[in-house]
This record gives sequence, C-alpha cells and structure tokens, in this order.
Amino acid sequence: MPVIETKGLTYTYPSGTKPALEDVSITIERGEFVVLTGPSGCGKTTLCRCFNGLVPHFYGGKLKGDVLVTGLNVRDHSIYELARHVGLVFQNPENQLFALSVEKDVAFGLENLGMLREKMKKRVDWALQITGIEELRERAPHELSGGQQQRVAIACVLAMQPDVMVLDEPTSFLDPLGAQRIFEVINELNKNLGITVVLVEHRLDLAARYADHVIIMDEGRVMLDGKPREIFRLEKARLMGIGIPKATRLYQILEKNGVNLGKVPITSEEATQILKEVLSSD
Amino acid sequence: MIEVKNVSFTYPNGVEALHEVSLTIRDGEFVAIMGQNGAGKTTLVKHFNGLLKPTKGEVVVDGVNTKEASVAALSRKVGFVFQNPDHQLFSETVEDEIAFALKNFGFEEDVIKKRVDWALNLLDLKKYRKTSPFMLSGGERKRVALASVLAWDPKAIILDEPTIGQDQNQKDVLQQFIAQLVAQRKTVVIVTHDVEFVAECNPKIVLMADGKILAEGSAKKILTNPHLLAKASIVLPQIAQIFSGLVGLGLPTDVINIHEAEKALLDFMEAKP
Amino acid sequence: MSFFEGLRFRRVSSPIHRLDPRVKFFYVCVLFVITIMFGGTIRKPELLPLIILFFVQVPLVLVAGVKREWIRSMRGAVFLAVFIFVFNFFFQYIYGNYESLPLLLEYSFAMVLRFLVLVESFSIFFLTTSPDHLGLALEQSHVPYEFCFAFTTAVRFVPVLAEEAQTIMDAQKARGLELERGNFIKRIKNYIPLLIPLIVNAIRRSLELAEAMESRAWGATEKRTNLYVLTLKNSDYLLVIISILMLILAVYIRLFLPVPPLTMLLHI
Repeated sequence: MPVIETKGLTYTYPSGTKPALEDVSITIERGEFVVLTGPSGCGKTTLCRCFNGLVPHFYGGKLKGDVLVTGLNVRDHSIYELARHVGLVFQNPENQLFALSVEKDVAFGLENLGMLREKMKKRVDWALQITGIEELRERAPHELSGGQQQRVAIACVLAMQPDVMVLDEPTSFLDPLGAQRIFEVINELNKNLGITVVLVEHRLDLAARYADHVIIMDEGRVMLDGKPREIFRLEKARLMGIGIPKATRLYQILEKNGVNLGKVPITSEEATQILKEVLSSD
Repeated sequence: MIEVKNVSFTYPNGVEALHEVSLTIRDGEFVAIMGQNGAGKTTLVKHFNGLLKPTKGEVVVDGVNTKEASVAALSRKVGFVFQNPDHQLFSETVEDEIAFALKNFGFEEDVIKKRVDWALNLLDLKKYRKTSPFMLSGGERKRVALASVLAWDPKAIILDEPTIGQDQNQKDVLQQFIAQLVAQRKTVVIVTHDVEFVAECNPKIVLMADGKILAEGSAKKILTNPHLLAKASIVLPQIAQIFSGLVGLGLPTDVINIHEAEKALLDFMEAKP
Repeated sequence: MSFFEGLRFRRVSSPIHRLDPRVKFFYVCVLFVITIMFGGTIRKPELLPLIILFFVQVPLVLVAGVKREWIRSMRGAVFLAVFIFVFNFFFQYIYGNYESLPLLLEYSFAMVLRFLVLVESFSIFFLTTSPDHLGLALEQSHVPYEFCFAFTTAVRFVPVLAEEAQTIMDAQKARGLELERGNFIKRIKNYIPLLIPLIVNAIRRSLELAEAMESRAWGATEKRTNLYVLTLKNSDYLLVIISILMLILAVYIRLFLPVPPLTMLLHI
C-alpha cells in the first residue's frame, strides 16, 4: 500500500476563482525521497497541505477526489489524527517555534497527544540527538540561527515519529551551507529511519541528488512524474522554468550538439566524471 | 559613488558586525556583496543610505559624509530594496504605494503622476494600478516594492537578497532587469549568498566573512577559487565545480555559468580532429 | 529597545528564582494584604510599619541578584510616586483637613510608601520568575491551556516583533519617511506606514503559527500532558510558612498593639 495516494484531486480555495489543484493523481511509496517542484504558484504548497489535512479542514474550500495517507482518507480524519502520520515543516523557521526553549518546542506535539512524561522525555532526547541539536536543548528559539531553527522544527516533527515528513521549501531563508546541512539531515532520516520524505524545493542543484522520485507541477496540474534522471533531461522540464541541475543542462546542450554522454548526470561530480570520459576518449 | 573608509561598526548590544572595512564602489558599477548569513553584508549596505552610521571610520556617498546627512537625503540618491516587501507595503492601491516615496521627497504632483506611470510600466504592473498590494502574490509584491524604489530614479540601487524564494523564471527576469539597470549606468549593489545567480549576472564580487572583506575581484576570479570561497562558507557554482574537475584536459578554468560552459565545450570539441 | 531586554530570559539562577511561582505569588498577595492594613489616616498616619516592610524585602532583591533591574523598575515608579505624594499632600493642605504639618507629611509619605512596597514586591516577583515558569504555574493552577499558551507565545515573540518594527522603520525611512518632521497631525499620520505593515505581518505570522500548531496535533486530546512539572520543595514550604507567620504577626499588631505615628515617636 502506498504511503500517500491521491486520486483525481481537485481543490479550490474558498476565495479562489479557479482550482489551485486540478486532477492530481500521484502515488508515493513508503521510504521514497520525493522532490516536488514547479514554478511559483503551481500548487505544490497547496498539495503539501492536503497531505496532513490542513486542506480541507483548516482552509475550507472545495475538495474533490481522494487523498489517502497511510490508508486514511484525509476528508474523514481530523488534522490532529493525521498529524501522527504526516509531519509538516514550513518555510519560515521562526514561525514554527512557539516555546521558550528548544526542548519544550520539540515536546509540543507529544504534549498535545497526551504522552506520559517519562516516555516524552525519552522521545525528546532521541529527536534532539538524531537531528544533532542536543547542545541547543535549553536555548531560546530567538537566539538561534535560521539553520538551527529549521533543525529544531524538523526535530519537533520527528519527535512524533510520523510515517511521512513533508517539507515545504525549508531552505528558502537559509544560505547554501545551511541548506546543505538541512538536506543531509533529511536524507539521514529517509535512509536510516525509513521516513518517507516529500521535499518541495527550487534549489535542485543541491537537492536533486537525494531524490528517487520527482514530481513537477504547473498551474495546479502534475506535468511530469518519474525518476529524476528521466525527468530532468526533458526539454519540457526546463521550459517550464524549473531550475534543473546545471549538470543535466550541460548534458542537454551536448546532446543537442550531437554528443551523447550516455548516463544522465544530476550532480556536478557525475558531470565531471562523464565529461572526462567522453572528452578524453575522443 | 560610494566610499567606505576603514569602517568599523558595533551594534548597541556589543556585537561587532564590521571590522575595519574599506571599499570603493564607482559610478555605474555592478557589485555583488557575498558571504554567509551573519557575515555583515546587510550591516555594510545599511551604511550606504545612512540607516547605520559607522562607529569608527566614515562612509562618503556621492561626495557627502553619511554622518552629516539624513537618511531621507541619502536615500534620494541610494535606493534600498529590502528583502521582504511586506515590511514596506501599506497603501490602499499599488499606485499610492509607488507614489509614497515621491511624495516624501517633495516631487510635484504632475511629476509624481508621470513617474508612477513609468514605474508601473517598467515592472509590468499596469493592470494592478488600482489593486490593493495585499491582494497580490509574493512575486508581484516584490515587483511593487522594486517599482516604488525605482520611481524616484536613484543613482544607486541596493537589492538585499533579491532571489530568496524565487523560482527560476523569476530569477531570469530579475537578472535581465538588473542588466537593464546596469545598461542605464545605474550603480547596482546586490547582497546575496546565491552563487548560481551571481555566476549568471557576472558582477564584481566583494566577499565577506566575520565582518571583514576577504577579497574583491571579478566573478570569474573569485567564483573559481575554492579555498577563498570556503573561508566565506560559500560553495563554488555548479559549473565551476564541474570544470574544476576537468582541469587536466585543457579546458579553460574560469568558466562559471552555462553560456560560458556551452561555448567552452563546443570550442573544445571543434578543436579536436 | 532596552525595555525589551528586561523581558528576555536571563539565565540568572538564585534560590529566589527557583521558588515555585505560585508560592511567590501567595507571598505577594500576603504582602498586599499586610500593606493595606497599615498606613493609617490623616490624623494618625502609620509610616513606620511601611518602612519596615520596604526594607524587609531588600535582602530578597540581593539574594536574587536582580539589584540593577530592581532599581530600574523602582526608578520607573518614581513618577507615579511623586504624583501620589503631591495629590495627597496638596489636596488635604488646601482643604485644611489636617491637624499638624508633620502629621500630614507623614500621611502623604505613608501613601507613597504603600504604593512603593507593592511595586517592590511585584517587581521582585516578575524579575525572579521566567515567563515559561509563569506559564507553567498558570497551567498547573488550572488556567485553561489556551491562555497559558497565548501568554508564553506572546512573550516568545516580543523580541521578534521588536526587530521587525525596527526593520519596517528602516524600510520606510529609506523611502524618505521622516518621523521627526511636521506638525502634530502629520507626525501621527507618519506612523501609518509603520503600523500597517506591523499589523499585517503579525496577522500573517499568526496564520503560519496556527498552521504549525495544527500540524503538531493541537487539540488532539483534552488531557494535555507537560514535559515539565512544578513540584513544591522545602524552600517553597518555608516561604509559605514565613508568609503566614508575617500575616499572623501583622494581624496581631493591628488588633492588639498601638501603632504610633512616626512623628510622635520622634517628638516632632
């Protein structure tokens, strides 16, 4: 059973004149690392909110079709029920942290679920340890850098041990080094703990290397859906205004000029490797 | 246009954000100030329109010492577009928003009208003239903020992290727009940590870390130097990374963006028999 | 923005900081009652007990290590104190409603000191209780969780909002807004470009907060648990006992012992 499945999902916001999502049908298998991307306004943020029930329960509006998360139909379950299965990390690190200390924030979700203190303490320790922020335990959120705050936000969601972690442009406000660290943390959660990851990102140069499933949206519809190398090499992707990895762009340019590189590179290391082989063997 | 003479700046809470920084930006230059978050980039550019005054040293803008002029007077010459447009938008219509600064600077009614029309046109906002800025999308609000600064036609324009949250299309448009400004002989300063964007724009780069200037130079020189960039906690642009691994093959080493890469590769292959 | 410095959590830890906020609040209430009991009337003012009450609390300030902040808050109360003094003194003086000048002066000082003793004890309370401790105390006192949460979240965001206000001010100054110029009406209007972005952003921020809260199972159960718990320790029981003893002593004095005006004691 896929961990997330949408069938003919069409959604219009209460004040919307046209649907934000149109006939979206996707399948996400357990353990996948999905990168969801598309030009601004394509509906990727709205789609994320469908996964944990913010759409339709928090935002209202008209939802047609079905969204199934770990088998549960989002329409029939409240946000707090779905929160046990899907965690959502948002773009602005500052506005996800409410408490006056990091450990209290990480415990927030568990407190809401009524977890007993002893078990809660252990879970908080565990979440802090995995995200590598144990030394920040007693700090106040305002003292932390953006990158640290986002790691705290991830720990807050991780503590609830969801099946899926959805991250909506989590690195927008971070510099490239901070962004890289976040991707590494997310990747570890995916590879070591088996948590399914749905990452919404523009910075494909940094994020594409982790993905095993790419979904590209535009104007509320899913345009492309498949494996990273197959998707990014398509001219269609680039023309939609997706910032495909530069390595793949070089591949496209050379292909257009009659040079076949064989494998499609996504990272700069792969591109260097392939170019070396092709250019020196000529 | 802008001269920074041995400036040090300490915030009231005791944090020293700039240490003995010296920099000259000439009329019509296009400069990118780069570094990681906290390096002092924004602190530095806030000295260019007098929002901050140096604790030590001095800043001279278009011949005027910033300590002797008001922020309003300096802003007349140096326009500052802040990172988050929501920190400035407050008017009932886009039109009013763009006219705000013009009114503050004491422009005449008919000049204001002309300038507003011009700015709306320039940033493709004509259809939103009477719309409330709060009803617009994020990207559109950014354009309104930009229009409201360009409206008074400052000699120099500072853009603070203009690429945050933008998709590739929007970045391409921004890049072309900056090129237009540069062609009009405006002094353009962008503050950013987005190496890829800078690699496309090809400005002069000022690299900062820990409140000091590490290096100054052309984009080609700086963005192909991994040791230097590492000191500022910045990564090489992807293209530069790719080409640095191809050094032994005889390809040029100062390639930083796609266009140069395309040219270099095709030239290289053509040269082979 | 130095006012906001006081609200930031200073990691000073003293025995007073570690006391349970509920117990400290009980102490403050007891002090309030005692203060009200004394002070006297115009004809029979009672300055002495209030002076004693004032100085009795000073050791608490020193033990808590908050001397500098405490002096600052007392300084803030000076304006109101002077007003209380002037109000009491001049009104009664004009109406000739007094027996002798020294007594009237003592009475006015007594009213001022009543106010100052209260300010003193409240400021000790707030200076030695961190906001999250306070929130926790409220929660454990069965105040509905929504209020406790609203309180701690508001405190958490004060420095953020302060910074944002500064940024907005900078952004508008950079568009030629001059706050110091213009007549009274213009100056008020000048604040619109500052207030609107502040309010709009606050609303946007609370929407994002609400999303994050919902996404972390807000409202999942009625029986919300807590990572922290306040337990009463020996020092807390000690303060309770001391407070009750003070109250008993005060009641005894009030009922059975005469409290002469200070001027009489000094033979003025």
